[in-house]
Amino acid sequence: MALYTLVIFVLASLIFFVHAIKRESTTILREAPEMVVQRQLAGRHELIPIDYIEKIRSIRGVDKVEARLWGYYYDPVFGANFTVMVPETKQLAPGRIILGRGVARTQRISTGDMVTFRGATKASLLMTVQEVLDYQSELVTSDLVLVSRSDFQELFNLPQGHATDLAVTVANPDELATIAAKIADRLPDTRPILRSEILRTYESLFDWRGGMMTVILFSAILSFVIFAWDKASGLSADERREIGILKSIGWETSDVLLLKFWEGMAVSLTAFLLGTNLAYGHVFFFSAPLFEPALKGWSVLYPEFRLEPAIDFLQLAILFFLSVFPYTAATILPSWMAATVDPDAAMRT
Amino acid sequence: MIRLANVVKTFNSGKPNQFTAVDDVSIEIRPLNLTVLKGPSGSGKTTLLSLIGCMVRPSSGRIFLHGIETRFARHNESAGSFEITSLPERFLNEIRRSTFGFIFQQFNLIKGISVLENIMLPAYPTGENHTALHQRGMGLLERFDIKRHAPSKVEWLSGGELQRVAIARALINNPSILVADEPTAHLDSRLSHEFMKIVSELKSKGKTILIASHDPIVYDSEIADTVVEMRDGRITGRGHEE
Ligand SMILES: Nc1ncnc2c1ncn2[C@@H]1O[C@H](COP(=O)(O)OP(=O)(O)OP(=O)(O)O)[C@@H](O)[C@H]1O
Ligand SMILES: [Mg+2]
Repeated sequence: MALYTLVIFVLASLIFFVHAIKRESTTILREAPEMVVQRQLAGRHELIPIDYIEKIRSIRGVDKVEARLWGYYYDPVFGANFTVMVPETKQLAPGRIILGRGVARTQRISTGDMVTFRGATKASLLMTVQEVLDYQSELVTSDLVLVSRSDFQELFNLPQGHATDLAVTVANPDELATIAAKIADRLPDTRPILRSEILRTYESLFDWRGGMMTVILFSAILSFVIFAWDKASGLSADERREIGILKSIGWETSDVLLLKFWEGMAVSLTAFLLGTNLAYGHVFFFSAPLFEPALKGWSVLYPEFRLEPAIDFLQLAILFFLSVFPYTAATILPSWMAATVDPDAAMRT
Repeated sequence: MIRLANVVKTFNSGKPNQFTAVDDVSIEIRPLNLTVLKGPSGSGKTTLLSLIGCMVRPSSGRIFLHGIETRFARHNESAGSFEITSLPERFLNEIRRSTFGFIFQQFNLIKGISVLENIMLPAYPTGENHTALHQRGMGLLERFDIKRHAPSKVEWLSGGELQRVAIARALINNPSILVADEPTAHLDSRLSHEFMKIVSELKSKGKTILIASHDPIVYDSEIADTVVEMRDGRITGRGHEE
């Protein structure tokens, strides 16, 4: 029962996760820059000097290069992590911030209030909340804090003339790969990341047909089969005795099977509901810690990844049929074999 | 009335360990009587009870039931009188359920469910209305003074209580014949006497009772109408006690 629930849990987590990620990714990637250039230092993501913008822009075919600023802020009072970004589209005046819903809630503040942020140097920054973001916009996670460029610099004591990474737009999308190669060639300490590349990694990671998820899926199914087999291969002595007793007091084979059927249904339904509910919590409230390794690739581009609840009912229904029915069958089969024995066996137990 | 004619039961027929447990038995078991099967261990008492109770079919010979109503027999011209060895399994099940109540040596109660549920078990296949069944079950528990144990699991009960639960279960379908195999084997003499008191009550209420036992409390009891003695699968003696 516990094992059964566990298997359902893993499978359902997988289904929820893959589905939610697929949905999320289409939204995010649609708005993501075609190419992001990051600087690498000793294999790690490093701040990129602003003068790289000019170097990249001078490459033929490059249309626009924009500096992006983002990072994490740890709030010691509330023990929460926020994602701080300088908005690319909105222009914010220094001293003004825009908050995600979650931040507003934990800090218990709303539009017009003042908040202090502890800067990287000793000085604190006093900010006025200009707006609280609507949660509807899917891209905006609730832990977001939008600040002006100068405030960002002051808050993190960012060295002048640096950005977190660069967003590059090209004139002709067909040339993306060539231009990426050129950038990598001219600026060996950078790493261009293409949106299409991310899409591809994403697909190989999360596609049902290939990648790590398949491995998880197969091991889960395998353990389920082993478990069902184990169940089908034998009844415990107690179960045998029970069936013998029922037969001896006038139950027919069909009555016994009906009982076993309901028993199997009850067990598998409970396990199914428990497993899927746990999986829901795992994926949508705890951001699927079990699948964390699969998410690593995402954190390069996107600060924090939180999944919006999304359920693919078709896949859930498939899981239902693939788990509840084999289990019920696995409980009925051996009972059927035992239920056909002569009832007098009960006289001698 | 139950009548057995030249009934033989051979186990493992044709194999080296072939064994004839019941050998050419012909008896009549009279209605409304208490009949006791007596004999040493291995003499075939349990086997004979299984044969009479439609749990196994004889290897040869015939078993007749007379004056017994079952649901299917009502639609039959030979109503109330038939030869059970030739009946299909389905009918045997029906007879076993409605005509016989069994009290097993090991009580054979099901663990993990309550006393009341145990008692109602034989009635489930009849598809009877649950409230009526529940009432009948509670009535039986009250009659045997174990009503307060209705919701308890059978694991918690004492030997004497278990036996009364087993009796209540045997009676739930209101059978006309009660069959008990070594019912006092697990009871001390006080409880054995108590059991016999219950048996005598049931007899006076019109049940036909058949008990296999090698306990003198049972076969020497004054309520036993007939004592049939068995040895090596054969009937060796038949006595009436007043
Ligand atoms: N299914 C079976 N296969 C083979 N032998 C059997 C089977 N059932 C019973 N026997 C044998 O039949 C003989 C009679 O058994 P039975 O249980 O009827 O005796 P009994 O008089 O009830 O004995 P006891 O007083 O010990 O309960 C025994 O020797 C037993 O081993
Ligand atoms: Mg016996």
